[in-house]
Amino acid sequence: MKSPIALFAALFAAFLLSACAAPALRGTGDLGIVIERASGSLAVVDTSARAILGRVEGLGDLSHASAVYGRDGRHVYVFGRDGGLTKVDLLEQKIVKRIIQAGNSIGGAVSQDGRLVVAQNYEPGGIKVFDAGTLELLADIPAAFGDGGRFSKVVGLADVPGNRFAYALFDAGEIWVVDLDEPRAPKVTKFRDIGSQPYDGLVTPDGRYYIAGLFGEDGLALVDLWRPEQGARKILSGYGKGQEKLPVFKMPHLRGWAVAGRRAYLPAIGKHEVLVVDTETWQEVGRIPVKGQPVFVMARPDGRQIWVNFAFPDYGQVQVIDALEQKVTQTLAPGKAVLHMEFTPRGENVWISARDDNRVVVYDTASFATLAELPAPSPSGIFFTSRAGRIGF
Amino acid sequence: MMNIKTIFGQTLAALFCLPCLHIPAAWAGDEGDPAPARARELVRMVRQDCGSCHGLTLKGGLGPPLLPETLRDKPLESLRYTVLLGRPGTPMPPWNAFMTEAEADWIVRQLVQGFPAESR
Repeated sequence: MKSPIALFAALFAAFLLSACAAPALRGTGDLGIVIERASGSLAVVDTSARAILGRVEGLGDLSHASAVYGRDGRHVYVFGRDGGLTKVDLLEQKIVKRIIQAGNSIGGAVSQDGRLVVAQNYEPGGIKVFDAGTLELLADIPAAFGDGGRFSKVVGLADVPGNRFAYALFDAGEIWVVDLDEPRAPKVTKFRDIGSQPYDGLVTPDGRYYIAGLFGEDGLALVDLWRPEQGARKILSGYGKGQEKLPVFKMPHLRGWAVAGRRAYLPAIGKHEVLVVDTETWQEVGRIPVKGQPVFVMARPDGRQIWVNFAFPDYGQVQVIDALEQKVTQTLAPGKAVLHMEFTPRGENVWISARDDNRVVVYDTASFATLAELPAPSPSGIFFTSRAGRIGF
Repeated sequence: MMNIKTIFGQTLAALFCLPCLHIPAAWAGDEGDPAPARARELVRMVRQDCGSCHGLTLKGGLGPPLLPETLRDKPLESLRYTVLLGRPGTPMPPWNAFMTEAEADWIVRQLVQGFPAESR
């Protein structure tokens, strides 16, 4: 007859074995990725532990890469300059599938129902629609304009409710909204003459308004997606009238949560200013002077703060605008060549990439104390899984 | 910011001292090539900062490709002035505040030959 001690030892051994065989279960709500642009890799990060969990390599040319999450918050789709679309499993820390879908790609979006992933491409200009599970090509929609023989670079792709996607045509000055309810039979609505050289776009957090920033003129183009029959209209027209534009050494991005309360905060082109717009009247209600040409203007999830980073040569600093005071209240120096910022899901921390210092700095957004510095080769975009549940991310 | 002054300075200097013309501060080498440390900075600037529009591999993005096959038939002088002064009507900005004419010329020659990789 076995002694109780032997039985216990056997059970304990069995427990140890099972613990080795299966990875510990965990959720993905506090996970994310940091793009390491020069090495074609990404770091899988844990925002609770403020640590890098591991690396996934072999993602190709990741200069200007961006990423969107599947609705499971476990799989992330990474779009690279080389036209690569890579589906990565964060828990397994490995590539599930990688395809080269274009010559030059800039980003993408996932449909409301999570079944489709759409890539926006510069070369060949247009969008491509894929099955989010298998990456099978379902539709190819070239951005043909003019007499139909030219194809525009596509910018500002955003998922909007109803399995639709809105995007802008840089070379054509158009906004297109495609309905992919039947992915193999896309229905495109075109808004023409929306303004010169749209460079990026955003959708408001409620999914109602699509806004494209214009490089070729002062102003932005707005489409009310609830009332598309009204067409596109220009907002903030001539915000720089009569003033010489400063050179823009990096295109601003309209991505990110730039809407706080009933105000939208937008980068001015060729000005060291953030424009403040009332989102009910779409009239300018203020301008906030900042250190340089804004690139990302991102509201903390609660809307109390708006964080701004800058183009070359002012990209060693980040400024924080207080929403109540409507002015800059903090200037931080996270490192050389700050490229991106990402808030933790409820905004108590922000992660900032400093490309030329090869590190990611984590700040407390209340005290502005540095909480961690994580080494990463040439870090650029930072993307947390909380994006999975948001419209337009 | 420095460059306009530098050009003025050089012009002034040239009036009094012709041999000084081609010897700005961060400059060395018989062939007019930047000193190695400055060359590394310029290579990084082109790969990373020009790369934000033209791509890290310079195959193009919102801006056109800067590969030898796309630049070879264009006059060096017009390429140099595109770098220094930008291209009105396009997003290409002027870079003359951050480099001298000779440095822009060196960058253009490297681009046409096939741009060096960053040394890490």
